[in-house]
Amino acid sequence: MLAENPGARLVAGGTDLVVAARSGKAPLPERLIAIHRLMELGGIEPTTEGGLRIGALITHGELEGSATIKQSWSALSDASALVGSPATRHLGTVGGNVCNASPAMELGSPLLVFEASVELASAGGARRVPFGSFVTGPGRTSGLPGELMTAVVLPPLQPGGGTGSAYVRLEYRQAMEIAIVGAAAMISLDEAGRCLGARVALTAVAPTCVRASEAEEILFNNAIDDALLQRAAQAGARSASPIDDVRASAGYRRAMVPVMVRRALARALERARSPHSN
Amino acid sequence: MRYRLALEVNEIAYEAEVEPHRTLLSVLRGELGLTGTKEGCDDSECGACIVLVDGRPVNSCSFLALQAAGRPVQTVEGLAKRGELHPLQAAFLEQGGVQCGFCTPGMLMSAKALLDQNPHPTQAEVKRGLGGNLCRCTGYAGIVRAVMRAAGDG
Repeated sequence: MLAENPGARLVAGGTDLVVAARSGKAPLPERLIAIHRLMELGGIEPTTEGGLRIGALITHGELEGSATIKQSWSALSDASALVGSPATRHLGTVGGNVCNASPAMELGSPLLVFEASVELASAGGARRVPFGSFVTGPGRTSGLPGELMTAVVLPPLQPGGGTGSAYVRLEYRQAMEIAIVGAAAMISLDEAGRCLGARVALTAVAPTCVRASEAEEILFNNAIDDALLQRAAQAGARSASPIDDVRASAGYRRAMVPVMVRRALARALERARSPHSN
Repeated sequence: MRYRLALEVNEIAYEAEVEPHRTLLSVLRGELGLTGTKEGCDDSECGACIVLVDGRPVNSCSFLALQAAGRPVQTVEGLAKRGELHPLQAAFLEQGGVQCGFCTPGMLMSAKALLDQNPHPTQAEVKRGLGGNLCRCTGYAGIVRAVMRAAGDG
């Protein structure tokens, strides 16, 4: 249907599409294809490699309610619980959040730290694209006309336990809010407490969610203490290129990046150290 | 172009002919005459238009009516049964949960969705459950108290 109707947009929950049309940001297209009843796009299932496949129609509410995600991919659970209100979480989907590609999308930084892939299907076949290269700018993706996002795929976590992750955001209010600055972190520790791997990503401080590689390098292969966390948090700011908008100035956003990175790292570390107390 | 839409609202079957861009709110109010559900911001911010679809809350101002086909819809008109107020409605009256009343239908439906899933919420859970509903009279204390009371915990 997508191939036969150029210019048609897909609608699942409509929480972005219909609202954007109302506010005059983007009128509804000539043709809409409703996909909310495609059962094949639901489901949260383990992959044979030990990761997780999350169907594009899985809602934020379903993500939030998944015990597996809460236990092992906590940052994604944190992020889905922060989206909008109960009504938004009931309708808004993973596919919609990813394909709308907002720089402030809650799921973006968690998907970056988990190095997730996006699964796309078209009449011509299927392909997988790393999430980091799928979203190319505000509202832009590398998805082609005629392609439908079918799932996100999370690779397995570092073996050996000791992995924790978290997503935090700076907000003016707790409900119906959009991140002013957000940060996700994932930390894997060996038995001696040394950092086997650290990943950090930032939300709403660049045209897309971005990895903060300098922060990651500072943590990697080191024993983590407060001073090191602080250095990593400061380094995180160097990956940010924020703008002024209605929600905050660029300067405020830049100043808040280290604060949010530090909070995300601290929570991820706590979870890595006691993986069953999420 | 208009499409035939079969809706089930408060366990009553309705038929309408609607354009694809029509929202559930405008069909409920304009076609079915169910004006209990209110239009506030018309932008998914205020929650005055919240109804239940599949038992879960939805901002009906931003929900395409055609996507409600075949899914049970519940509105404030369906709460009272045989002339008896729903326990939530009775508690709102008793606890002063209604001031101007404009947010009340949405508040009631959000509260119903919450209590259907979680019959004995904590106060924090009630506040989170009503997170998508604004009361411009700022009468939140009475509203939260009413939901706790309806749950038998206030």
